[in-house]
Amino acid sequence: MPPTENTPSAADASAASASSNPAIEFKDVEKSFGKNTVLKNLNFTVAPGERVTLIGPSGSGKTTILRLVMTLEELTNGYIFVDGQPLTFEQRDGKRVELPKKRTREITTRIGMVFQQFNLFPNMTVLENIIEAPVHVLGKSKAEASKEAKELLERVGLAEKADEHPTRLSGGQQQRVAIARALAMSPEILLLDEVTSALDPELVGDVLAVLRDIAETTDITMLLVTHEMQFARDVSHRVMMFDGGQVLEEGPPDQIFNNPSHERTRSFLSSVL
Amino acid sequence: MTDNIQTLLNFLPQLWEGVQTTIILTVLGSIGAIVIALVLGLTMTSSHAWLRVPARIIVEFFRGTSLLVQLFWLFYVFPLLGVDLDPMVCGIGALALNYGAYSAEVVRSSIITVDKGQWEGAIALSLSPTRRMVRVIFPQAWALMIPSLATLLIQLLKGSAVVSFITLQDLTEKIDQLRQSTNDTYFSFTIGLIIYFVIAWLLQEFMNFLERRATARLGRRRPNSRTDRRQARRAAREDALRKDRLASHSAAGEGADRARNPFPGQGGGL
Amino acid sequence: MWNWEFAAEALPILLRGFVNTLIATGVGTLIAVVLGLFIAVAIRGLPRWINWLIRLLVAFVRNTPLIMQLMFVYFIFAGIPGLVNIPALVVGFIVIGIHYSTYMSESYRAGIDAVPPGQHEAATALSLPPVRKFTAVVLPQALRATVPSLGNYAVAMFKDTPFLFAISVVELVTSAQQFGAAKFAYTEAFTLAGIVFLAASYPTSLLIQRLEKRLASY
Repeated sequence: MPPTENTPSAADASAASASSNPAIEFKDVEKSFGKNTVLKNLNFTVAPGERVTLIGPSGSGKTTILRLVMTLEELTNGYIFVDGQPLTFEQRDGKRVELPKKRTREITTRIGMVFQQFNLFPNMTVLENIIEAPVHVLGKSKAEASKEAKELLERVGLAEKADEHPTRLSGGQQQRVAIARALAMSPEILLLDEVTSALDPELVGDVLAVLRDIAETTDITMLLVTHEMQFARDVSHRVMMFDGGQVLEEGPPDQIFNNPSHERTRSFLSSVL
Repeated sequence: MTDNIQTLLNFLPQLWEGVQTTIILTVLGSIGAIVIALVLGLTMTSSHAWLRVPARIIVEFFRGTSLLVQLFWLFYVFPLLGVDLDPMVCGIGALALNYGAYSAEVVRSSIITVDKGQWEGAIALSLSPTRRMVRVIFPQAWALMIPSLATLLIQLLKGSAVVSFITLQDLTEKIDQLRQSTNDTYFSFTIGLIIYFVIAWLLQEFMNFLERRATARLGRRRPNSRTDRRQARRAAREDALRKDRLASHSAAGEGADRARNPFPGQGGGL
Repeated sequence: MWNWEFAAEALPILLRGFVNTLIATGVGTLIAVVLGLFIAVAIRGLPRWINWLIRLLVAFVRNTPLIMQLMFVYFIFAGIPGLVNIPALVVGFIVIGIHYSTYMSESYRAGIDAVPPGQHEAATALSLPPVRKFTAVVLPQALRATVPSLGNYAVAMFKDTPFLFAISVVELVTSAQQFGAAKFAYTEAFTLAGIVFLAASYPTSLLIQRLEKRLASY
C-alpha cells in the first residue's frame, strides 16, 4: 500500500514544539515484575509533538512503557521525565527519592491514556465520563466542561450519545468516547495502548479515523502501541522496534517497514503484516 | 381456638411493642453494622499494612467469637468494668459489631472485585484517591455487595432474637409470653414466625429495590431479576412446545440446539 | 479485674459445655448435609406445585429466627407425652440441622446448576440411565464446588450453637453464663468462651479457604 496523502516528518514535529525539553525522557529505566525483568537499562526520548509507535513481539515491554508513563506501574529503577520534570522519582543529593503522589498527579494531568478495554465508568453517562476529570481535577465549571465535552463528542461523531450509558454503546463507540474523555483534559501527551485490539474488525475504521484526525489537526505528543501497521506507518514520525526490553532498532516508518536492518524486525513484521 | 383469638386480640398492643423493639434493633443494628463495615472494609483495602492488618484482626475477632458471647460481654462484663449499658444499647452494639465484621469482608471483597481497568481509567484521568473511590469504584462495588448485604441483613434480623436473653421484650419474648397466656405453642409460635417472615420479606424487597437502582445506574439490568426469570420461563415453555412440534414432524434434534440461557440477565458483566 | 483462679476453675467447666457444642455442631452438620442434598435433589423431579410448596417452606425456615424455632420445637416436644424426656440437646441438633439444611440445599442447587450442560449432553450421548448420569457425572462435579460452602455453613452453625441457650442446653456459652453467675466471674467466663470460639472457628475457616483454593485450581 502506498503511503497516504500526508506523511509526516520528524522535522515538522520539532517545529511544532515551543519548549526545548523532550516531552518524555526515559533514563536508565528498569522494570521487573517479581523476578521477571521486562525492561532493562532503557534510554530514549520523545520530542514534543512527535508521534512514536512501539512495535515488537508480545512480552517485549511495549505496553509496560505506556503504563509507566501513566504511573499505572511502579518504576523499579531509573527515572522518567515529562517535559523535563521528574515523574515519580528524582535524584536528590545522589539518592533516588520518590516524589510526593500529589506532585506526580500534577504532572499526570498533562498526560492522557486510551486503553484496549476502554475503561469507561459504567456508573456515569457518556457526558459525565468526559466532564468528570475536567471538573474535579482541573476545576473547570460544569457548564464549560459540558460545552467542551459536547464539542469533543461532535468531533468523534457521537454527539447524540451524550446522555447514554457507556454499556449501551458498541465497542467502537465506547472507544471513541474514551478518546474524547482523554482529550477533554487537553493533554500534551496521549498514550494509546492497543486501542483497536478489543474491537470487531468492522468497528476499527471509525476509531482509527478519529485518531488520524487528531494526529493531523493537533500537535499532541503521541506514544502508541498498535498492531495496525498501516495506521502506524501513516501517522507516526518514528517507529521503535522492541525486543527483550530493549530498543532493537528505530527510525522513520518507511525505513523500519521497508528496509529494516535487523533480522528479528524483518521476521516480526512478516508475521504481522 | 376462639379463646386464642380473643387472647391474641387483647395481646395485640404488647405484640406491637415487641415488633417495634425488634425493628428498632434491626434498623439501628444494621446502620451501625454498615458504618463499621465501611470503615473496616475500606481500611482492609488499604495498601498500608499498618492500617490493613489491625482492621483484619478486628474483623476476624468479631466474626470468630459468636454473637452471643459478644452480647453477654457487653451485658455482663461491661458493668464490672464500670460501664453500665442499657440492654438496648448492648443489643444494638452486639448486632452492629458482629454483623458489621461480616459485612466488612463483603465490602472489601466487592471493592477488590471491581475491574482493574476502572482503577486504571481513574488514575489515567488523575482523579484524587478519594474521588476515585467515591465516584468510580464504590458505586460499582456497591452494586456487587447488595445481595450479600441483604443476606446479612436478614441474618441480623434473625439474630436480634438473642436480646430476649438479656431481659429485652422483643418479638421473640412477647411471643413466648403469648404462649404462656394461651397455653398453645402451635398457635403463638406460628404467629411469631409469620411476623418474622413478613419483616424479612419486606427487608428483602427493600434490598432488591436498592439493587435494581444501583445496577440501573451502571446501565445494566439486575442479574436474574424477576422479569428476567419470567421471560426465561416463557422462553423455556415456548422452546419445549416447539421441540414437541419438531419431534412430531420427525425433524429431531434441530430445535434442541436452541437451548437458551435460562437467565438472560446473568453474565451482564457482574 | 481478671482473676486467674476463676479462669482456671472455669476452664474445665467450659470445656465440658464445649463437648455439647461440638455434639450439636457435628450431628447438626450431618443432618444439614444429608437433608440439604435431599431437598436440592428432590425438588427437581416433583410436580410444580409441590416444588413451590417446598421452596416456600425452605424460605420460611431460612428467614425466621433459629432461636424461635428452637423454642417452638422444644415446647411441642414437651407437650407430647412420649417425647417429654427427650434431652434438649437432641431438640437442639435436630432444629439447627434442619435450619442449616435450608442454606445447604441452596449451595447444592447452585453447584448442580453450575455443571456445564455439555456434561449432561455427553452423559446422555453415552446413553447413561438418568440415575447413573446424576450420581456418576453431575453430582461429583457439583460437590467440588459445594464442599467449601458447606464447610462455611458448618462453621456458621458452630457459632450459632450458643442459641441453644434458649432451650437451656448447657453448651459453651450457657456454661459460661452459669459459672459467671455462680462466682460473679463473668469477665473470666465470657472471655474464655470467646477465646475457645475463636481458637476453634478461625483455623477451621482458614482450612476451608485453602480447600476452596485447591478445589478451584483443579
